[in-house]
Parts: sequence; C-alpha cells; structure tokens
Amino acid sequence: MSAVFSEAGRAEFERLLTRYPDRKAVILPALHLAQKEFGYVSDEAIVYIAGLVGTSPAEIEGVATFYTMYNRKPVGKYHVQICRNISCSLLGAEHLIEHVSEKLGVRPGETTPDGKFTLSTVECLGSCGTAPVMQVNDEYHENLTVESIDRILDPLP
Amino acid sequence: MEKVLTTHFANERYRRLDTYRRYGGYEALKKAFAMTPEEIIDEVKKANLRGRGGAGFPAGVKWGFLPKDLSRPRVLVINADEGEPGTFKDRLIMSRGPHLLLEGIAISCFALRAHACWIYIRGEFAREAGIVDEAIAEAYAAGFLGKNILESGFDLDVTVHRGAGAYICGEETSLINSLEGKRGWPRLKPPFPASVGAFGLPTIVNNVETIADIPWIVTHGGETFAGLGVEKNGGTRLIGVSGAVNRPGVYELSAGVNLKEIIYHHAGGIRDGKALKAVIPGGSSTPVLRPDEIDVSYDIESMGKIGTMAGSGGVIVIPEGTCMVRSLSVLMNFYAHESCGQCTPCREGTGWLKKIVGRIEAGKGRQGDVELILDLCDNMMGRTICPLADAAVMPAQSFIWKFREEFDRHIGEQKCPYGNRF
Repeated sequence: MSAVFSEAGRAEFERLLTRYPDRKAVILPALHLAQKEFGYVSDEAIVYIAGLVGTSPAEIEGVATFYTMYNRKPVGKYHVQICRNISCSLLGAEHLIEHVSEKLGVRPGETTPDGKFTLSTVECLGSCGTAPVMQVNDEYHENLTVESIDRILDPLP
Repeated sequence: MEKVLTTHFANERYRRLDTYRRYGGYEALKKAFAMTPEEIIDEVKKANLRGRGGAGFPAGVKWGFLPKDLSRPRVLVINADEGEPGTFKDRLIMSRGPHLLLEGIAISCFALRAHACWIYIRGEFAREAGIVDEAIAEAYAAGFLGKNILESGFDLDVTVHRGAGAYICGEETSLINSLEGKRGWPRLKPPFPASVGAFGLPTIVNNVETIADIPWIVTHGGETFAGLGVEKNGGTRLIGVSGAVNRPGVYELSAGVNLKEIIYHHAGGIRDGKALKAVIPGGSSTPVLRPDEIDVSYDIESMGKIGTMAGSGGVIVIPEGTCMVRSLSVLMNFYAHESCGQCTPCREGTGWLKKIVGRIEAGKGRQGDVELILDLCDNMMGRTICPLADAAVMPAQSFIWKFREEFDRHIGEQKCPYGNRF
C-alpha cells in the first residue's frame, strides 16, 4: 500500500513547515496527519514522511514508536480507550473495562473480528474530575456508567 | 472571593473573542504595551506567582534567567501537556478561556522580548487544541497576534503543537525535544533551557495557568495579586478535586486555602457518607496524607513542611474501604509505562516497583518485599536526569510509611483483604 498525503494533507504539511525554524519539528504533526489520512502509521507512511522531512526512516520510526498515540498497526473504526489510572479506578474504571471487554468480546489491545472496535486501556486522560473517562477516537466521554457506555457504543454505525 | 481566571467560565461564549473583549479582554495587553518589559517582569515578581505546573518555581525569577544579550532570538513555550494524574485544570482554561492564555502569552512574550511561542498541548486534548487554534485565528484576525500588534511595533507568532501520548513530555526539556520532533527524552542540565532551549534558542517554558494569570497581574498590579494568596504564594490556584468526593471538579481558591476545607467544604465531602482514608494532595507523584494530616494550608511551603507537595493542584481523595496496595499498584503501573527508558535507575526501578507491588496485591508477596521496595526507592531517588523516578518513589515510600500494615497483611495472608477490587 502506498502512502501519499491527499492534496489537502500536502497543503497542511506545507503550512506546518512555515510554523517552525527547523524542518524536523514537523515530524510529530506529520505523524498525526498520516494517522488521520491513512488510519494508522504504516511502514510506508514512515518512509514517506522521512522523504518529506529529509531524514531517515529510522529516525521517524524511533519517534513514532516512542509515543502511544501513533498506531503502528491498524485499529478498529472506533478506538475505545478507557482510562485505568487512579481517579478513574476509584470510581469503577476496572468494572467498566470488564464490561466493555465482555460486551465486545475482546481483551484490551485487541480488535473485534469485524474491525469495528479496538479496546485499549490508557493512562490518565487529564479529565479526573469527570471520572470515569474514555476516549472514542478523538472524543472524550465522561462520568461513565455501564448504562452510559452502552448508550454511547450501541448506536455507533 | 476575588477570582483571577474562572469568573466567566460558565459562559460558553467566553471562549470567543467578542465575548472575551466585552469583559475587558486584551485591555491588559494594551496596558502592557504602555509599560517597559522590565516593569512587567517587576510586577510578575511582586505578584509572587509560582509556577502552576508542579514545581512551584517563582515565575518572575525564571524569566530573569534569560541571557541579557539580545543577539539570539528567545522563545516562549507553553506547557499544556497536562498529564499528572489528578490534574485537569489547564484543560478547563483552554476550553473555557483560551484568550486568557493568548493574552497572557502576548504580554509575556513582550516582556521577554520573544517573538515566537509554541503551545505544546497533550495529544489526547484534540478538542482543546481545536478551541485554542480557533482562538489563535481570531486573535490574528483582530490584530492581537501577528505583525505589529496594536500598532506597537511588536511581532509575535503563536503555534499549537500537539503531543502524542507521553507523560514524560510534561518535563520541560523532554517537552522541548518533543517540540523539535524527537523522542521525549529529558535533557541533561546545564545548559538550562533559558540559555539553550527549543531549537537551540534561549527558552522559557511556563504552564498554561501561570501564563493565564499574567493579564490579571498587569491589570491589577503584582501586589494585589500577591494579596489574594499568602506569603510567597500569590494569587489563586485552580485546584482539581477528584476521586470519592460529592462534587469533584476544578475550584479557583486562594493559594493559601486549607486542604481540609477544599475537600469537605468546596468539594462537598466524601461520597456515600464514607470516612476519608487518604489524600494524594498535589497530583499522583506527591506523598500521600492520612486524614489526620490534612488540616493544613495548601500553600507550597506549608505542604512542604508536612513532607508533601501542592504540586500541580490535583487533590485525589481516597475513601475508606479502598485497598492502598491496589491503589499504589495502579500508580506503579503508570510510572513503569511512562518511564522514557533513558536512565537505568528509572527504567529498571519503575519496572521492579510495578512487579513487586503487583505481586503483593495478587497475594504472592514475599517476606522482605516491603524492604525491597524501600531499598529500590533509595536507589532511584535523585539518581536520574529528570524527576520521573522521584515521582514514582514518592508515592511508593509514602504509601508504605503511612499504610504499612496493609502491605504486611497482604503478604501475611497471601491475598488482598479487599478482594482484589476497588
């Protein structure tokens, strides 16, 4: 699979270059852009970004694998990420993780066979006052209960 | 009580420039342009503004570390990588009052003679990054950012830079590396960022809340701001209360508010009428307190005197019936996950802490495990480039010192007395 930014993505990449005094500073935003356009950060995307930035694929891969948000493998259409840190745990996050795991039939780190959901546990999402919290793709869902999780996940197309 | 930041946060439209200006927004910037940079820095020093990111360093003093010569351009970097468990205040500022931050940035950059600023926002805060980006676009269009701001001759570019999921990037030299497109490995100091920081330039890194306080300080004067707090701790603080309280949330209170009052008055006391078991007072890295220790002023010095920290203002409330070993296990998993791997004592140490606390909780603890944890802690504390190792050690030691009997009971009974549940 080849990886090339769309016209809009390429324009965004060029705009990013104007915001920093050093070309390599666009590596993180470019990886975000790649994930948005390709769904995950593929090997081809790494090579492509390395070419655009003017550095080695090894350097890009080193960066991409350091940060948890870059998915080096495809994830489901909906990436369900439930916080397991202390404030969420105190208010029942473990129970919610078990519930979603049973509901989707996958363990944390796995994707449903139809490719619809990936379940992950994550560390603090910075929303402790509205715990328990999960993120589905980019969107936060707060003050979760078993019932509200069902209401959020069930209607997803 | 007088509020510095949150007065209009209930108004959804306050994030828009027109509403912000209706409430006096960007008037402080106009006032600042009539002052000299030195006069502004002097007000910030008088304000006793302490950094709100966790370390509590006096902001005016930090600003003074920039080299005197102006031959190299200097830059401001905003730390919006809010990741300390229990902390969720900067998210509130960015989503409810992004122009407070931008006006603070414009004034601060004028005072620091910086013409570029990057706002490093943790990657998960996609929504907040979008809100800040919209506010930046509004500010550019209205002439509050960009070239020749308000005909002052002062130019400033501000850019949002999104992180990608790494707690360590809240450490300022790690954040700088991440801004430069590298892995978020902390740097050895010296050189300090004020002399060699982002892109090799003299750099000041400040927390979102610290900078959002600046417009109020310029408007009302440093001494007035100082008067809102207590000695050496000026102003208000945004204090996030989470865990088992009736009204979790962010409260803007005097920097010298009493911790017990935060929990029982402002946050409405403990949930379900339970008793209090423990409080982690300033984010997950700060040493835990027992209920008999919380009648204390939340200022940095008073908290230091009782062996803990106000840190990033995140109060985590643990109710009776909670297993402290399990709670510590959650925290140790976190630090092991977030260690960047650069320094051996931290990379190995956080892994071992996770493993040993985990096996005690699982009912497989061995005699001597508690001593082993404490020994590991001694070999981690202060022996690494950045304070992440210390941040793991402080909860580990304090949980054991203050709740030792629970650890011993887990090992003695070879099970979790709380049934391995929260």
